[in-house]
Amino acid sequence: MNLLVLLTIAAVLVVIQVGVTRWVNLNRLAWMAIWWAALWAAFSYGITPPLPQSIVVLFMAIITIALLAYLSADSEELAQARQTLVSFMVEKRYQVALIVVILTLPLLVALSVFSSLNQAPQPPASGRTIHPVPPASISFEGNTINLSTANNPYRELEHSDPEAFAAHVDNGRRVYFENCFYCHGDNMEGAGQFAHGYDPLPANFNDATTIAMLQESYLFWRIAKGAPGLPPESTPWSSAMPAWENFLTEEEIWDVILFLYEFTGFEPRAQGMPH
Amino acid sequence: MILRMLRLRTLVTGCLAIAALLFAADPAWGVPQVAEQEYRALPFISSRVLMWAVAELHLMFAAFVLAVPMFALVIEFIGYKTGDKRYDQLAYEFTKLLSVSFSFTATLGALLTFGLIVFYPTLAQYLVRIFSWTFLPYVLLFFLEAVFLYTYYYGWGKFSPRVHLFLGVMLNIVGTAIMFIANAWLTFMNTPAGVDELGNLTNLWEAINNYTWMPINIHRLIANVAFGGAIGAAYGAFKFLGAKTPEERAHYDWMGYVGIFVAICALLPLPFAGYWLGVEIYAYDQSLGITLMGGTFSWLFIIQAVLIGNLFLAANYYLWLSMGRIPGAERFRRFIKYLLAVITLCFIVWATPHSLVATVEEARAMGGSHHPILNVLGVMSAKNTAVNLLILTTYVSFLLYRRANKEATVSWAKTGNLVQFGIFAAVVIFVVFLGVYGYFVDAQTRIGLSQPQVLSVLFAMVSVTVIDIFLFRNAQSRGRVAWGKIPARSQYALFFLAITFTWLMGLMGYVRAGMRQHWHVYGVVRDTSVDAFTPTLGFAGMVVSAIVVVFFLLIAVVFFLSSLSGQKNWEPGQSKRWFKRRSETAATPLTQ
Ligand code: HEC
Repeated sequence: MNLLVLLTIAAVLVVIQVGVTRWVNLNRLAWMAIWWAALWAAFSYGITPPLPQSIVVLFMAIITIALLAYLSADSEELAQARQTLVSFMVEKRYQVALIVVILTLPLLVALSVFSSLNQAPQPPASGRTIHPVPPASISFEGNTINLSTANNPYRELEHSDPEAFAAHVDNGRRVYFENCFYCHGDNMEGAGQFAHGYDPLPANFNDATTIAMLQESYLFWRIAKGAPGLPPESTPWSSAMPAWENFLTEEEIWDVILFLYEFTGFEPRAQGMPH
Repeated sequence: MILRMLRLRTLVTGCLAIAALLFAADPAWGVPQVAEQEYRALPFISSRVLMWAVAELHLMFAAFVLAVPMFALVIEFIGYKTGDKRYDQLAYEFTKLLSVSFSFTATLGALLTFGLIVFYPTLAQYLVRIFSWTFLPYVLLFFLEAVFLYTYYYGWGKFSPRVHLFLGVMLNIVGTAIMFIANAWLTFMNTPAGVDELGNLTNLWEAINNYTWMPINIHRLIANVAFGGAIGAAYGAFKFLGAKTPEERAHYDWMGYVGIFVAICALLPLPFAGYWLGVEIYAYDQSLGITLMGGTFSWLFIIQAVLIGNLFLAANYYLWLSMGRIPGAERFRRFIKYLLAVITLCFIVWATPHSLVATVEEARAMGGSHHPILNVLGVMSAKNTAVNLLILTTYVSFLLYRRANKEATVSWAKTGNLVQFGIFAAVVIFVVFLGVYGYFVDAQTRIGLSQPQVLSVLFAMVSVTVIDIFLFRNAQSRGRVAWGKIPARSQYALFFLAITFTWLMGLMGYVRAGMRQHWHVYGVVRDTSVDAFTPTLGFAGMVVSAIVVVFFLLIAVVFFLSSLSGQKNWEPGQSKRWFKRRSETAATPLTQ
C-alpha cells in the first residue's frame, strides 16, 4: 500500500465534501465523477507493487457499473443528471466550456495513443496457468505412479513412528538445502540467490496459494518432472524448475515434500475427502 | 373420448418402441454388431458444436419446464389458502408458458438422442449398455409428465382446488424424478463409478449414485428455480412494456416482481450448492478439480464471477427501483449508498482472479505471478466471505423493501430492531473473522470453515425474518403498493437478469462438460474424434452466446404463443385495419 497516495486521495475527498460543497451544490453526477476518479487513482497509484493493468480495468468496470446503478436507482436524481447534461450541451453560457470539452476528448485519446507508442516494446501480457492439470499418471524410474491415488508413503509415520518420520523430514531438509534453496530461498519465500534471474519466479511456498492448497502427489509430479513436464498453457519453455527425476530418488522426493510442509507449517490437501 | 384414448395408445406404443430400441442397441441383448463406426461428421458445422448447442438448448428448456410448476404450485397454493383469486390467476399465467416449452423440450431431447446415436454411435452404445435399465422408468415418467402437465394446465379451474393441487404435486415429483435419472447419465460421464477398469458395469446403483450425482441434482434443482423465475419475470416485463391499461401494467409489474422474487430466493443458496459440487469434483479426482479451478477453465470462473456479481447488483437495483412504488420507502433511500458500497466491494473481491494476466514488467514488479495484496483476495477464504456478504446485503435490500410502507406498532419495536441489528452485526463479524482465520489454517480446515459461514448467514436470515414477521404484526400502513408505478428501466433490469442467468447456465454447462477434456466418460471412454481438444475460451464464449441468442428467439416464440390466448378473436376486415393503423403511425412525424 502506498499510504501517502491513499491519504492524499482521502484528504481531497474530505476537502470536497466539507469545503467545496459549501460554495457549489454538487449533484449526483458530479459526485459520481469524483468517486470514479478517486478510486481510479487509488487503484492505479495507491497500491505497491502496482496492480496489473488488466486488474485495474476489471475493477474500474465494476465500479462504473455500480456508479451507474446508483445514479439511476433514483428517478429524481437521474432526471436531474440528465437535465444537467442537456443544459450543458444546449445553454449559451456553457458554450465555451462545451467547446473545451469537445476539443479535449480527442486530445486525450491522441495523448494516450502517443504515450503508449512511445514506450519500449513489451511482450504481451500473459495468462500463464500456474497450477495446470497434472497427468493421470507419470512414470518414474520405470514405475508408473497414478497421481490421483498416490500418497506420500512416509506421511503415515507421523503418527505411527514419529522418530522414523523425523528422519525422513531431516533427509528432506538435506535435499532441500543441497538442491532447492538456490532458487526457492532460505525461508522458502521464492527469493533464493538465483531467483532474480528467472521469469516466472520460483514458487513461494509460504504463500497460501501454492503448496498449501495442493495434494502431495501434485508436488511429486511438479518436482519429478519440473518445467519440461508442464503442459503448454503453463509455458514449460519459460520456467526454470528442473526435472528432479534425473537427480533424486523417489524416496528423496517424498522426503523433501515432507520437509516443505514441515517447514512452512502447512498441511497438504487430502485426497478424496468429502463425499 | 375414443380419439383421446387412441392418442394415448399411440403415445404409449411410441414410448415402448423407443425403449425397445434403446435396449436393442445393447450388444448384450444379442443383436449382431454392424461394422463399428466411432464418429460421423457433418459438412458445415462440427458435430460437436451441433450437439453442444442441442444439448444446452434442451437443458435450458427442460430447466424451465421443471422449474415453473414448482413455483406455480406454490403460488396456486397461496391463492388457495388466502382465497385471493389474483394468485390463482398468476399461477395460471406462469403455467401458460409451459405447454409450448414442454414440446420444445421434448423435441430438443429427441434431437439430442438422435444426434448422439448418429454422430457418436460408440459412446451412445456404451452409455446405453451401462444405463439400459434406467431408460424404462425414464420413458414411463416422461409419459406421466406429459399426462400431469397437460391435465394441470388444461384442467385449470376444472377440478376441485385440492385435486388440482394434487396434480401439481405429482407433476413436480415426476419432473424431479426425470431430472434425477438424466442427471445420473451425465454425472456418470464426469465422475464414473460402478464400472471396472475396462468400463464394464459392475454395479448400476454405484454408477447412478456417483460422486457428483447428488450435488448436481441439488444444484440443478435450485438453479432451475432461479432460472425459471427469471424467465417468468422476463415474461412479466415483456407484457408490462407492452401493456395498454394501468390494470395491465399493475398486473404484469406484480408478475415480474414475483418471478424475480422466486429467482432471488433460489439464487441465494446457489453458490453454496455450487461450492459443494466443486468440492466433490475435487475429491473425485484432483486433475478434474484443478482443470476446473486452476487451469484454463479458471478463466471461465472469472467470467462467472463477474456475471454473478452483476446478477446480485441487478437484483438489488431492481429492489431499489421497486421501492419507488411503495409509499414510505423514501425513508430508506439513504441506505442504498451503503448497500451499494458493500456490494461493490464484495463484487470486486469475488471477481479478483487467482492467476493474473500481467506483462513481464508488471510481474517483476509484483515479485512473481501473484500480487501480494490481490493474492489475499484471490483465494477461497476471501471469495466465500464476499459471497456470504453479498447474500446478506441482498437480503437487507429485500428487508427494507418489505418494510417500506410499514410502521411497527408493537411495544417492543425498538428492542426488536436492535436485536435484528445485533444479529446482523454479529454474523457479519463472525463471517469476516472466519474468512480471515481461513488464511492461517490448512486447506482441510479452511474448506470446513465455509460451513459455519453459510450456517451463520442462514441463521441471520431466518431469525431476522421471524422477528420481522412479529415486529410488523398489525403494522400501521403508510399506503398501498402502487403496482405498475415503476420506471421502465426496472423491466430492462429483469431482462438483464434473465439473459445473465441463461448465459451463466450456458457457460457453466460448458465448463461441466468441458472439464472432461479428451474423455467422453472420464478415464473410461476416450474421445478419439477430431474434436478431442478444448476449444479456445473465445470460441467457447461465442458458441455459448449463440446458444443464448437462439434460446431467446425460441422463448420469444413461447411468449408470443402464450399471449395469443388473451388476444381478441380475429374478425373479417381486421387485417386491413391493422395495416391502416401501421401506416398512420409511420406517417406521424416525430415530434419529441
Ligand atoms: C533453478 C531454479 C530452481 C530450483 C533449483 C528449484 N526450483 Fe522449484 N521452481 C522453480 C521455478 C522458477 C518455479 C515456478 C515455475 C513453475 O511452476 O515451474 C518452481 C516451482 C516449484 C514447485 C511448484 C509450486 C507450485 O505452486 O506449483 C515446486 C513444488 C517446486 N518448485 C519444488 C522444488 C524443489 C523441491 C526443488 C529442489 C529439489 C526445487 N523446486 C528446485 C525454480 C527452481
